[in-house]
Amino acid sequence: MSETVEITCISCPMGCDVELEVNEDDDIVDIDGNSCQAGIEYVKNEYRNPTRILPTTARVKGGVLPLVPVKTDEPMPKGLLDEAMEEIAKVELEAPVELGDVVIENILDTGVNIVATRDLPKK
Amino acid sequence: MNKQEYELVVVGGGPAGLAAAQEAYDQGVRDILILERDFELGGILQQCIHNGFGLHYFGEELTGPEYAQQFMENVRERGVDIKLDTMVLEVTPEKDVYAINSDDGMLYIDAEAVILAMGCRERTREAIDIPGTRPAGVYSAGTAQRYVNMEQWIPGEKVVILGSGDIGLIMARRMHLEGAEVEAVLEIMPFSGGLVRNIVQCLDDFDIPLRMQQTVTEIHGKDRLEAVTVAEVDENMQPIPGTEYKIECDTLLLSVGLIPENELSKDAGVKMHDVTGGPIVNEGRETNIEGIFACGNVLHVHDLVDWVTEESLVAGKTAANYLQGGIDKREQEIEVNPGENVGYIVPQKITNDVEDRKLVDLYMRCKKPMEHVTINLYSGDKKLLDKNERRVEPGEMITFPVPEQMISDDMDSLKVDIVKEGE
Repeated sequence: MSETVEITCISCPMGCDVELEVNEDDDIVDIDGNSCQAGIEYVKNEYRNPTRILPTTARVKGGVLPLVPVKTDEPMPKGLLDEAMEEIAKVELEAPVELGDVVIENILDTGVNIVATRDLPKK
Repeated sequence: MNKQEYELVVVGGGPAGLAAAQEAYDQGVRDILILERDFELGGILQQCIHNGFGLHYFGEELTGPEYAQQFMENVRERGVDIKLDTMVLEVTPEKDVYAINSDDGMLYIDAEAVILAMGCRERTREAIDIPGTRPAGVYSAGTAQRYVNMEQWIPGEKVVILGSGDIGLIMARRMHLEGAEVEAVLEIMPFSGGLVRNIVQCLDDFDIPLRMQQTVTEIHGKDRLEAVTVAEVDENMQPIPGTEYKIECDTLLLSVGLIPENELSKDAGVKMHDVTGGPIVNEGRETNIEGIFACGNVLHVHDLVDWVTEESLVAGKTAANYLQGGIDKREQEIEVNPGENVGYIVPQKITNDVEDRKLVDLYMRCKKPMEHVTINLYSGDKKLLDKNERRVEPGEMITFPVPEQMISDDMDSLKVDIVKEGE
């Protein structure tokens, strides 16, 4: 028995609704509804290993603002976003912070770092 | 009064003002002042902590603060003068700028050229007339974004979002990640004004429902918001009686449109455009007042900051040309007019004769979403150029580059329309 999975491709603004046909061994046997090659790559990856950049904030002591924006320096597994938020919530940095500073190294053993996305001077 | 003189004053230190100042400097202007009302430069990008900026301009995906910091460093390296915490009160047609801050007191700046880069602000509950009580808990989405991302306040725990433009979508994800429950995103139109990737990554990823053709018809609650009444709307966007239902919530975020902020422009005598809500400009982004330029969201609301940057570089360059001895005018002005399914086009006219120019970019928005279209450029009845697009939608700005050699002296108007391919 094969199964159909629907994924909206976001490679471009077209937003094609692409259908993947997956057999009982979890092999992708057919891809339909995409308008270009990029769509095939996107949905394969999105089916096997969906990843996201996580942009959020971390708390800072003594800065011109109480928060500094941070992000994952590479896309991380989508299923771990909520857990990553909890890890980041534990952190409190000390100003000054610089853009690119590593806030958490190798978060949740994903190989991805949480980095600051702006300079935050001392108050 | 504290009197100062500058060749160029830039009002607003967001992405538009920063890029305009940078380009004016690179074109040889040395005497530049940026006036910014916030405590730091960067504008609204500083609260847009999500990624997705810079793909066109930098060729890489940046967050808002990263994009801003690049231009902040650029203007600092160039030694452009900057006054923060400074509110501009008036710009006169003679390019006198009045401003105030707590260090200088009242400031009078005699400028030779002014670039208006004040950005835009959000439409409010009052602007869309939602009936009901007036409890706490009703915010514009951008205000909530600043609270959550910069000031460490969470607006509430149970959230309804009205409007599915990008800010609404981004805030749905943000509130969810910060632990709030996002009950629904409501959209009065039959389509979302937001990017597909934001619908996927901000709503679908977290199973947040997007309900089309629905709107809030009443706000409930005495001190704090307790619930909203929601109704389906017909094709004229009128609520359909009998379809009402209630959603309990303590927070309503409104993402219902942006308005260019042009009080200063109007006082300066700058002529405004009915559809864009911004100044009428030529291709150099000069207004009807010689030496006053406008760029970025004060001119028309852009979808991507990358286009704000491109436009502001044009404004900065033209301002520099103006300061360095003037601009050669074409013998005949060319009006640029929107045709079928085109809401507006910026610039509204082409008036300058620029030697080294290869392209004039026309920025436009369509009125309704369409697939497989041809965008046609006409001079009178004569078709000059066309290009096909797989999809156009009102949420996305269309850039249509017109090669300089196609613009001839005998033209007096250009028109663009968007039609189904093959028609």
